[in-house]
Amino acid sequence: MKRDGIAFWTGAVVFLAAVLVMTQVVGNQYPFFAGYVILQSIALAVAWSILGGYAGYVNFGTSAFYGVGVYASVFLVSAFGAPLPVQILTGAAIGAVMGLALGLLTLRMQGIFFSIATIALTIVIETTVTNWRYVGGAAGIQIQRPAVTPPFDSYVQMLFFVQAVLVVLAVAISRYIHNSWIGRGLQALRDDELAAECTGVPTLRLKLLACVISGALMCAVGAPAAMYLQYADPGSAFNLNYSVTTLAMSLIGGTAHWAGPIIGAILLGTTQQVLTVTISSEVNLLVLGLMLVLFVVGAPEGIVGLIYKLRGNQKEGEI
Amino acid sequence: MFSLDLLLDAVVIGVLLGCFYGAVSLGLSVSFGLLDVPHVAHPAFLVLASYAVYFLNENYAVDPLVAGLLITPIFLLLGLAVYRLYYETFEKRGSDASVRGIAFFFGIAFIIEVVIILQFGVDQRSVTATYIGKAWRLGDIRIPYRLLVAFAVATALTMLLTLYLSRTFMGRAIRAVAQDQEALRLMGANPIKVKQWAFGIATAVLGIAGALLIIVAPVDPTLDRAYIGRTFCIVVMAGLGSLGGTLVAAIILGVAESIVLTLFGASWAPAISFAMLLGILAVRPQGLFGRRS
Repeated sequence: MKRDGIAFWTGAVVFLAAVLVMTQVVGNQYPFFAGYVILQSIALAVAWSILGGYAGYVNFGTSAFYGVGVYASVFLVSAFGAPLPVQILTGAAIGAVMGLALGLLTLRMQGIFFSIATIALTIVIETTVTNWRYVGGAAGIQIQRPAVTPPFDSYVQMLFFVQAVLVVLAVAISRYIHNSWIGRGLQALRDDELAAECTGVPTLRLKLLACVISGALMCAVGAPAAMYLQYADPGSAFNLNYSVTTLAMSLIGGTAHWAGPIIGAILLGTTQQVLTVTISSEVNLLVLGLMLVLFVVGAPEGIVGLIYKLRGNQKEGEI
Repeated sequence: MFSLDLLLDAVVIGVLLGCFYGAVSLGLSVSFGLLDVPHVAHPAFLVLASYAVYFLNENYAVDPLVAGLLITPIFLLLGLAVYRLYYETFEKRGSDASVRGIAFFFGIAFIIEVVIILQFGVDQRSVTATYIGKAWRLGDIRIPYRLLVAFAVATALTMLLTLYLSRTFMGRAIRAVAQDQEALRLMGANPIKVKQWAFGIATAVLGIAGALLIIVAPVDPTLDRAYIGRTFCIVVMAGLGSLGGTLVAAIILGVAESIVLTLFGASWAPAISFAMLLGILAVRPQGLFGRRS
């Protein structure tokens, strides 16, 4: 355990240093535009799997949290001209409250009822934002980026680095949960909620905790997106595609290990970027849908599950 | 200004609309309500049927309702195949399957959406028929014929399916399998066959329902997202598996949508079914006519 921890944090520091160096060295802006989207996918997939993977509650509401994060920023910028860190922290706070609300609202719901409730939440929030004139309503709103902070040359490079920090944060939290009693409790309630409750697992508190953490992370990830696009509209900020993509990445990667969603997001995120550029965004969505169905039918434990199988099921639960 | 006339107008339209909503929810009432299949792709199949009807109407000038009847056998086969796949890969494996079953249907819905976009584009599509575009004046109330046709067919469809489930041997078997699968197995029947047939019927009904959908209003590839709210709201409000309740719940939703539309405008319309669904799930998950406590 101890050695793994050192390895993990060394890896995280090396990753962030590499990202920082990249922003200083690479002049072309495109890698940052594409990379930002991939990093965002990783962070969302990791955040999703805390509730969807460990606890087994299939959340279709990724786009609700993401969209609220986007619009929290939009509101803060147009009302107070708030700086980026404030936007992200506020986004996280709102996301936590929203997660708690979702958890409380869906206390008695399981399986498909929970999933449907999360879609419903998405649409209700989207409609409310659509009818909120101050943040642009259905037509959307333009946002001005403030001046960039050194040492970064361009705002997109800075956002790229910020998103990388969020990824590390999300992965660290997810890894901590996976290795701690929280993760074991969540897995117990995933396998059998009643049995877990009977054996003394505080299922209710754990479920709420998972909702809060997952929600806070998703909103925080959405917050910088307003600055990234310099534009926000309810139709794209709350687009259900985010929910499908995130769910697909987590399940394809595999949710039995904290690294699963990362693998899935990198693989699918990169494929998506390539397909969108070379063919079309529709084909990219088609490939995503087909891969999701293929994996849930053929390899229900995802890529991580396949790796475990290759290694002969010996090291499951470790690392 | 809001007047009594407007309210009456809204209620009449709402009832007609509600019966139509009931017809598009019938399949889900069987597949989700009776069989417990997490069929999130139900509205996607509905929109797919609408596009099939559009295709026949546009290229061969087939009347939309006739086109709906023509595609019904194909949808029956589709339903049989989808249930078989679902059963083999998820239901049979048990325990962990429900999470993946939901993701499976979500993925299917997504694929259908994208395929429709690739084939027909993102624009709205509509059908042509003699009864579309005209309206019937009843005093001050103006009722479009397309809504009347949808209302009539929807009511007939609901009654037929109710009769099928209560009077025929197979229909009773379907209700039996919903109540106690093991008991059916002990009687020497194959519950999986019965469930597969029921899912097939539920999907076949979508052929006609899809025709109604495109008769009532133009469709676009992502329309299924709005109908996730409507159909699930109706089926959950009705109480799982209650067909009569489905009609009542659908009328309640139709009237609610119609009144909100009149009072607050169209931009709030998408949220109504979802808000009602959230409320019902939180307060009374067993529905108005539910058989479970």
